[in-house]
Amino acid sequence: MKRVYVNEEWCLGCHLCEYNCAFANSGMKDMAFALKDKKIFPRIHVEGEDKITFAVSCRHCTDPLCVKSCIAGAISKKDGVVKIDRTKCVGCLTCVLVCPYGALAPGENGTMQKCELCLENACGEPACVTGCPNRAIVYEERGDGE
Amino acid sequence: MKRYVIVGNGIAAVGVIEGIRSRDIDGAIMVVSEEKYPVYGRPLISYYLEGKTDLAKMNYRPADFYEKNGCRVLYGKRAVALDAEKKTLSLDDGTALPYDELSVATGSRPFVPPFEGLDTVEKKFGFMTLDDATSLESALTPDARVLIVGAGLIGLKCAEGIKDRVGSITVTDLADRVLSSILDADCAGIVQKRLEDNGIAFLLGDSVARFDGGRATMKSGAVVPFDLLVLAVGVRANTELVKNAGGEVNRGIVVDKRMKTSLPSVYAAGDCAEGFDASIGQNRVIAILPNAYLQGRAAGVNMAGGDESRSDAIPMNAIGFFGLHIMTAGAYDGEMSEEKTENGVKRFFIRDGLLRGFILIGATERAGIYTALIREKTPLSSLDFDLTKKVASNLIFSLETRRKKFGSVV
Repeated sequence: MKRVYVNEEWCLGCHLCEYNCAFANSGMKDMAFALKDKKIFPRIHVEGEDKITFAVSCRHCTDPLCVKSCIAGAISKKDGVVKIDRTKCVGCLTCVLVCPYGALAPGENGTMQKCELCLENACGEPACVTGCPNRAIVYEERGDGE
Repeated sequence: MKRYVIVGNGIAAVGVIEGIRSRDIDGAIMVVSEEKYPVYGRPLISYYLEGKTDLAKMNYRPADFYEKNGCRVLYGKRAVALDAEKKTLSLDDGTALPYDELSVATGSRPFVPPFEGLDTVEKKFGFMTLDDATSLESALTPDARVLIVGAGLIGLKCAEGIKDRVGSITVTDLADRVLSSILDADCAGIVQKRLEDNGIAFLLGDSVARFDGGRATMKSGAVVPFDLLVLAVGVRANTELVKNAGGEVNRGIVVDKRMKTSLPSVYAAGDCAEGFDASIGQNRVIAILPNAYLQGRAAGVNMAGGDESRSDAIPMNAIGFFGLHIMTAGAYDGEMSEEKTENGVKRFFIRDGLLRGFILIGATERAGIYTALIREKTPLSSLDFDLTKKVASNLIFSLETRRKKFGSVV
C-alpha cells in the first residue's frame, strides 16, 4: 500500500505540511478562515532544528503497538491504514506512551488524532504531500508490509 | 479441528482469540465469561462515571466480533475445575467442556483486608468491573461523603470519575504518598497537589482501624464519617483454577515466555499470569491492559501451533488526573537525571549506558520514543540522548536509523 515517506535532505523546515494537514482535516473551504490566529493541531509535525528537519506522521506499521495497547479499543487497522475512532477515545495517552515514532498527539478536545492518509476527507490523498514544495515527503509504494 | 477453550472474557481473551485466528480459521473457540457482557475496556469505568464515554462506546471490539471470529460465548458461567490430564474444564452449571488447548485469562479480584467492623458498613463497593461502576453510580448523591481506601491507580481514578457527582471525597492509604507503586515521593507530591486542588482530601500514612456503620476510626485516631465506602486496596490474581489442577502458581500463574503454564496444553495471559518482565529480568505480574492483550495474543498464536514469545514486556502506565498527564515505564534503578520543562517534570533512570525507566509528569509529548529505548535496550552511546530530554525527538537517531524508520515499511 502507499504510505507517506520522508526525504529529510529535502526538508526545508517550512512547516507547510502541518498547515495543509490541519486545513485538510478542518472540513472548511477557506484556509485562512480555518487556521488564521488559531492554535493548530496537525497530524504531522516537523522535528529538528537548524540544518536537520524532517516531518513525522503515522508509519501505519505492520505490527502497530497503538492498536494493541489502546484501552478503549478505539484504534484499529483496516486495509493497511491505522485509524482512530475519536468518539471512543478517552484521551488516556497510552498510545503516546507506546508509539516508537512519536506519531500520535491529542487534538483540540483532548482525544487523540493521527494521520489517516487523508483517505476519508475531501483530499483523497495526503494533503501534506500534495502541498510540500520540495518533495521532502512523498506518497508512494515501497515494499510489501500490510 | 482443534477445540480451544478460553476462561475469561476480558482483554487477554480478545488477544487469545485474535492470536488463534491469525493462524487457525477453522478451530472451535469457546469463551467462558463470568460477566454477562461482551468484552469492554475495563479501565474505562472511571471515564464512564465521569461522563467521558458511555456503555455503547465502552465495547472493546465491534458488536459482531465473536460471530466474525467464530466464537461461542457462555455468558454468566464460571469455570470451577480444570482437569489437565483428561483435558476437560468443569463449569458451575455441571457441564464439562473438552478442549485441546486452553487459555486461562481470569484476571484479578479486589483484595480486601480483614477490617474490623467492615460488615457494619451498609454501602461499600469495589471498583474493578462494569457492575461495580454501575452499582456505585446508583448510590451516588450530590451530598454523599465518600471514603476511598487505597490511593493507587484504581482508587484515584474512581475519585476523579465521581468527583462532580458527590459532596466530598477522602482518600486514605497506608503508604505515605499517592500512586506509591509507580511514583517516587517528589512526583507523587505533584500529583497529590493536583488532586487536592480539585477538592480531593487525603489521609496518607494511615489506615482504618475499624468501621462502625458510617464512621471509620483511623489508626492515627482520626475519625472519618462517610456515606459510601470504596475499597481499592489492591488486587489478587485469580490463580485457583491452575493451582487446584496442580499447576505452578506464585503471585500469578507462572508462565514461560510463550505464555505456557506448567500444565500441558494450558496457557495463561493477562492480570492472572506471572510472565517475564524484561525490566527486572524475571517473572512478575504486569497488570496493565496492553500487556494483557499482547500476552493473550502470544498465547493464542502458540495454542494454534505458532511460536510467539513475550520477551520485551515492561511495566508502564499512562494515566491522568484533572488534566495532568502522567507516564511511567520500566524500572527506577541507576542514576536519576531530571529535566524540568515548561509543563512539567521528567525523571530518567539510566544504568550501564541504558535507559532503564522514566517518570513524566505533565510533559508527555512523544514519550513512546523513550519507551522504545527501554524496550529495545538501545545503547545510549549510539545516540544523542541529552538532545531529547526536554522534548522527545527522533533527532537523537543517526541519519541511517531515521532513513529506516521514515523511509521504509516498518
